Amino acid sequence: MITLRGVTKRFGDRTVLKGVDLDVAKGEVLCLIGGSGSGKSTMLRCINGLERHDEGEITVGGVRVDAAGLPAIRRRVAMVFQRFNLFPHRTVLDNVIEAPVHVHHEPPDQARARAIDLLARVDMADHAHSLPSALSGGQQQRVGIARALALRPEAILFDEPTSALDPERVGEVLRVMRELAEEGMTMLIVTHEIGFAREVADRVAFVDQGVIAEQGAARDVLTAPQAARTAQFLARVLHKDG
Amino acid sequence: MIGFVNDAQAFLPVLLRGLLVTLELTVCALTLSLALGVVWVVMGRARFAPWRWVSRTVITVVRGIPIIVQLFFIYFVLPDWGLDLPPFLAGVIGLGLAYSVYQAENIRGGIGAVDKGLIEAGEALGMNRMTLWRRVVLPLGLRHALPSIGNTMVMLLKDTSIASTITIAELTREGQLLAISTFKNGSVYALIALLYLAASLPLSGLVRTLERKGRLA
Repeated sequence: MITLRGVTKRFGDRTVLKGVDLDVAKGEVLCLIGGSGSGKSTMLRCINGLERHDEGEITVGGVRVDAAGLPAIRRRVAMVFQRFNLFPHRTVLDNVIEAPVHVHHEPPDQARARAIDLLARVDMADHAHSLPSALSGGQQQRVGIARALALRPEAILFDEPTSALDPERVGEVLRVMRELAEEGMTMLIVTHEIGFAREVADRVAFVDQGVIAEQGAARDVLTAPQAARTAQFLARVLHKDG
Repeated sequence: MIGFVNDAQAFLPVLLRGLLVTLELTVCALTLSLALGVVWVVMGRARFAPWRWVSRTVITVVRGIPIIVQLFFIYFVLPDWGLDLPPFLAGVIGLGLAYSVYQAENIRGGIGAVDKGLIEAGEALGMNRMTLWRRVVLPLGLRHALPSIGNTMVMLLKDTSIASTITIAELTREGQLLAISTFKNGSVYALIALLYLAASLPLSGLVRTLERKGRLA
């Protein structure tokens, strides 16, 4: 469903991605782990064109990610941001119907009914008429997920969705993501939640210095890493968690 | 003092009529200045280079010419070219155009303060440039710009007095006419000053309120 072939990305003279190959199958949950600055977020942002890759090819459902393909890509792929990025001047409900109504011209009544259902799914229907500033981080992120789902995406990109949350709010967001995974949504998740990755991900890819150093079944990579760099990283992260 | 009270009673009806025109002029010129200000900013960011060039040129030229000269040009020179505008309309266009370059600066500042993440969120939702501007950049940018737009509005209120020079019967001109015919310069100009002050105080209060609200947004 999502394919990267020899993707490179440079910021100035710093090369952030150095020829990345990656495949995400339909219905698959793939977690990208790795240290900060390893390029995992950049990889995600190249897939929906928030960053333009310099070399190589990215396709989503057979459509190439380039200027011509972007509108189609952004219909198929939604994104959930680390800092939620809800529109602060619009209510929760209006955030969710923003793209259906103002990008895809769905009738407002229909979009609203759908949005209420989506908000109920993330347990936020009671806050439909609140402004984002009145919500906790965990609540905002759940609205962010509802807003992504409103696009009826074929895949969702999660860019460190729980990194900006208070520890006690992480669980409620991971619960929603786990439900999505069980329903068969294709998910590409940049995360530091190793426990979540082990439990929910079909596959884990360890990103280091702009390349995928190791990838495989979540259990294998996370419990018996083959690459020394993966082992070091996991020891560091798990030690911090424990 | 008793003399001033008597003068005030005699002059206020005329001056209040002038104040009303001043307020009308302020509101109309403000609206035009904001609309044009948005146009200069949007053109200044266009991909098509000539639009950017037009925006830069207009801002440079308009900012470099005194407002009174712009008003004279619109009111006294344009008729020579066949465009004969009534004084009030000429005043609105002149002040609106002159102030649009300051509003453009305010709006540009406000837009610069819009969180980049929100623009990315709009892009990720599939918005094209036009939708992004209409739904995200402008509404949020204007919100950030409200305090400085409010300040500019107070300046505009006072600068409408320049329109007295093209025969618009606003506060300053009504006052001048009274002063010339009664020789009571002291009373008349004191009253004018008080009326401008009275009109600008609520605006200044509004600016403070907007600044408070702006912090919440």
